[in-house]
Amino acid sequence: MSMNAYFRRYWQLYALLVLPLAYFIIFKYGPMYGIQIAFKDFNFFQGIGGSEWIGFEAFKEVFGMKDFYLTLRNTLMLNFLDLLVSFPAPLIMAIMLYELKSAWFKKLSQTILYIPHFISWVIIGGIVYQVFGTQSGMINNVITGLGLEAIPFLTDKSAWLVTYLLVGVWQSAGWGTIIYLAALTGINKELFEAAGIDGAGRLKKIWHITLPGLKPTIVMLLIMNLGHMISIGFERPYVIGNLAVRDYSEVLSTFVYRIGLESGQYTLATVVGLFQAVVGLVFVLGANYASKKLTDESIL
Amino acid sequence: MKEQTANRVFDTVNFVLLFVCTVVCLAPFLHIAAISLSSVRPIISGEVTLFPVELNFEAYVKVFSDISMIKSLGFTVLLTSLFTLLCMVMTVAIGYPLAKKKLKGRKAIMIVVVITMFFSGGIIPEYILIRNLHLLDSIWALVLPGLINPFYLIILITFFNNIPESLEESAEIDGSSHFRTLLSIMLPLSMPVIATLSLFYAVGRWNGFTDTLMYITSPELYPLQLKLYQLIQNNMITDLLQNEGAQMATVVPESLKAASVIFATVPILIVYPWLQRFFVSGVMLGAVKG
Repeated sequence: MSMNAYFRRYWQLYALLVLPLAYFIIFKYGPMYGIQIAFKDFNFFQGIGGSEWIGFEAFKEVFGMKDFYLTLRNTLMLNFLDLLVSFPAPLIMAIMLYELKSAWFKKLSQTILYIPHFISWVIIGGIVYQVFGTQSGMINNVITGLGLEAIPFLTDKSAWLVTYLLVGVWQSAGWGTIIYLAALTGINKELFEAAGIDGAGRLKKIWHITLPGLKPTIVMLLIMNLGHMISIGFERPYVIGNLAVRDYSEVLSTFVYRIGLESGQYTLATVVGLFQAVVGLVFVLGANYASKKLTDESIL
Repeated sequence: MKEQTANRVFDTVNFVLLFVCTVVCLAPFLHIAAISLSSVRPIISGEVTLFPVELNFEAYVKVFSDISMIKSLGFTVLLTSLFTLLCMVMTVAIGYPLAKKKLKGRKAIMIVVVITMFFSGGIIPEYILIRNLHLLDSIWALVLPGLINPFYLIILITFFNNIPESLEESAEIDGSSHFRTLLSIMLPLSMPVIATLSLFYAVGRWNGFTDTLMYITSPELYPLQLKLYQLIQNNMITDLLQNEGAQMATVVPESLKAASVIFATVPILIVYPWLQRFFVSGVMLGAVKG
């Protein structure tokens, strides 16, 4: 087919692509063009192109900031603790749901356990204040009702960590079961019967059949999680965190927002964002490489 | 016999543990609902846990008579509808050509798309872009930047690819244009995935907060999440309480906040049966992140 005939036949498809491509160029690659301000003394008056080049000056300044290391540490710490707590939770819950005999209760509990996934972080933040508050929070009302001392869940750093992690489990565990439950449908039921004849109890069956059946899924999700160690959502730490626990709750994403949009230090904030994006990319590519080596499956 | 007993013990323990998990999952919602419906005295004395004490609807009366709250809800509905519609138009417009293996340049365009899944300019360059385009503090700042989600696009392309090619080819032989094939053959066959992705986009927009915080300054353009955030942070609670005399208050900030949280949660709960169905199938359809 000549080029002419090809285009006469397919021009409509290219016409469809025009607006979406314009979208990608403006709204996705436009900001990438803007990354250059990490190397410039940016101000709005002179614009991205007109601002003066300063080389790695801003990088030196960021790498000399105490707050940068604090937020980097917090990012890794919160993600790591999340991995310890929020990673096993859906796995255990999925196995429990899988073992459940009662069909109506299984459906009911799944319906309820999935709900938090659809609730915005702002709403969750509102709920957290009422449930974990020191003076009038629900949990502390119960604690003080028992004659014990109230726990400052939101204002004490270590207690806040517990709050942050519990909220994470509450929000994500139920939804996280879906992927495991899907994998569990692939396990051959005859294996359980055979093991039963051999005299294996329920826990033994879980250990020797269910868990090995889930191993590929577990490994894949674990690697994916490790790949995202340096990336952290903005909303959860921003909404649940507060000034009193800033030493733990300030992470890279909230730091970028504060120094960039609240203090107007656009260049420094862009440097931090760029650092996070580049290291994040290395992590993800590394995780993908590890996944290929370990499971023969690419997660990208 | 011994085996059966062990089995029964296991099942009972499992049931009880899951029952506890379910109750714990639900408890925060019950507590908020209870606070929103309780009177001042039991709230202050800390008597309210999971059920309302001394029923009181005053907080809801206050929330519903706050015009700015109703306006915010209306604006959020408008924003979510506009966003979802444009997202679907754009995602289908790029997904349909990219599902055609014969299309020249398809690979190059895919690369352009996939790169954006792993690397982005970051929020500061994005903010500068929106500001330079003079979109700050307008509905378009919340609509345009998120029009095509590459993950959802890939789900759509995968779905299109699974539709037998012979259907399209016979339409082409009958002289149907690509536009017509898309509208009269592909889209009707793709309703399940269209519905799923629309819900993905809609929920993301409805719950989205970061960009509203970054881009919106005028109170009349506050989507519900931003409005609620301000309220929870106590910045606007005084507005709601301003008509309250210095004498006996009939509402405390706690119950007002709780009622507002419920106000913003109910729309999600109304569509929740569909959310659950389509989101679960969406997870099965492809790798949905987050």
